[in-house]
Amino acid sequence: MVGFLTALPGAVAQGIIWGIMAIGVYITYRVLDLADLTVDGTLGTGGAVLVMCTIGGMDIRLAMVMAVLAGCLAGLATGIFHTFFGIPAILAGILTQLALYSVNLRILGNKANQTLSVMNYDLIISLRYINKSIIIGAIFVVILIALLYWFFGTEMGHSVRATGCNAAMARANGINTDSRKILGLVISNGIVALAGALLAQYQGFADVNMGRGAIVIGLAAVIIGEVVFGKIFKNFALRLTGAVCGGIIYYIAITLVLRLGLNANDLKLFSALVVACFLGIPYWKSKVIPKQKKVQKKGV
Amino acid sequence: MLEIKDVHKTFNAGTINEKVALNGLNLTLNDGDYVTVIGGNGAGKSTMLNMITGVFPVDSGNILIDGEDITNLPEHKRAKYFGRVFQDPMTGTAADMQIEENMAIAARRGKRRTLGFGIKKAEREEYKKLLATLDLGLEDRLTSKVGLLSGGQRQAITLLMATIQHPKLLLLDEHTAALDPKTAAKVLEISDKIIMENHLTALMVTHNMKDAIVHGNRLIMMHEGRVIYDVSGEAKKKLKVSDLLAKFEEASGKEFANDRMMLS
Repeated sequence: MVGFLTALPGAVAQGIIWGIMAIGVYITYRVLDLADLTVDGTLGTGGAVLVMCTIGGMDIRLAMVMAVLAGCLAGLATGIFHTFFGIPAILAGILTQLALYSVNLRILGNKANQTLSVMNYDLIISLRYINKSIIIGAIFVVILIALLYWFFGTEMGHSVRATGCNAAMARANGINTDSRKILGLVISNGIVALAGALLAQYQGFADVNMGRGAIVIGLAAVIIGEVVFGKIFKNFALRLTGAVCGGIIYYIAITLVLRLGLNANDLKLFSALVVACFLGIPYWKSKVIPKQKKVQKKGV
Repeated sequence: MLEIKDVHKTFNAGTINEKVALNGLNLTLNDGDYVTVIGGNGAGKSTMLNMITGVFPVDSGNILIDGEDITNLPEHKRAKYFGRVFQDPMTGTAADMQIEENMAIAARRGKRRTLGFGIKKAEREEYKKLLATLDLGLEDRLTSKVGLLSGGQRQAITLLMATIQHPKLLLLDEHTAALDPKTAAKVLEISDKIIMENHLTALMVTHNMKDAIVHGNRLIMMHEGRVIYDVSGEAKKKLKVSDLLAKFEEASGKEFANDRMMLS
């Protein structure tokens, strides 16, 4: 138990970083209503670009901007596959994700990983300074949510939301739904790459496999956020906050089960099963609840 | 103002499901026309509206609006000319967005969408006034999600949205078919009022012959992808349902085969 408590701040810090990633997933999965699997590659791209730019002598802030831009490009690729090539969104994301594996290896100088020691570089977030990392991560979350809250309240943001909600209505009102889908994918993947850039700094290295299963963790965070806070968090900014909280809860839960003796190699299996169950909840509810109502009616 | 010239459209050409939907369709609308459209199942009524708005490309022929050829313009670029209300009340509005957000999106039809605020303060007051004219109590629910409203309420809002930008042509595609009779009558009444007050040109597909006679200044009957009967002015006012049935049988050589057509 003591071990768990000492591991708790680290779990929170990691949870916040993955929570930022979950915000990106929220934009495609909930706002645009499409499952974008690009993110598994984009997270690694963000990390790889940050590490290589920093090693190359670039200022860390500028390196983070580069990482975000690289993520945006990945989103653009998926967007073009989806709209211009007419490929279903899931498949378009898988294609980009596959391509990014090679791209990420290239970025990392044809290596599977590159280290970035906090001793040698001026990193803004690191597991050596967990408390500071939590604060910095939280600041990023607040700024990001504020920016997104503003954006989705603009004329442009409205048109992206309408595209995800009802594409026929959007087109009838003169909205170019293809360009809005691309825009949403670009924003989403930019945010995921930002999370990748923070994660690479936090763990002190970028790895070509660091994004494997990222979509599952992102979805887990979004869904945990909705299940736990859905009743009280109605407003858009609060729902994004819920997704970040979902990420933190996810990492605390992971830390707990690892302390309880789960083999770390089984972690991804465990994650997939947990997310499958959470995704199933709304479906089961819709099956079970009408039956209960029928029973009640008979009783009356 | 709208000219449809010899438009052909065949769905699933060359397959067993081949369906000739528009077969040399010609139609010219004059400014201020309020045209009702009737016809049996598969006559091409909805296809005509979708063709005008660019939901799918046509095989041949031209569509002109005020002399401008829009045949090859994508759907979202044509949208500035048209206001649309669909048969399914779910289609015309974004359910997860608020009433005022839906109206703000419609108010920007045909305009550049910028990074300015999606709804400005002055607009809210305007929307409130517009909603009040519906007399459905929606003016106090500006921030309600549209998904919480009934089909009739959603159709009424869609009507406001379709006309808020003063379209060159208002297209109503059986927009009362999914509503109960009382709500349908109310929505039709609102439609008439909006069309009259704004002097709009409108095309209304309906399955109710009596409605088709009572509303508008012109009536067209479609059959097998073309217009077979076009009547306006005094002659239209004197029409009876039995006249329309006779006309249909004369043109098609069979009885009116639309089980949804209401004769009352």
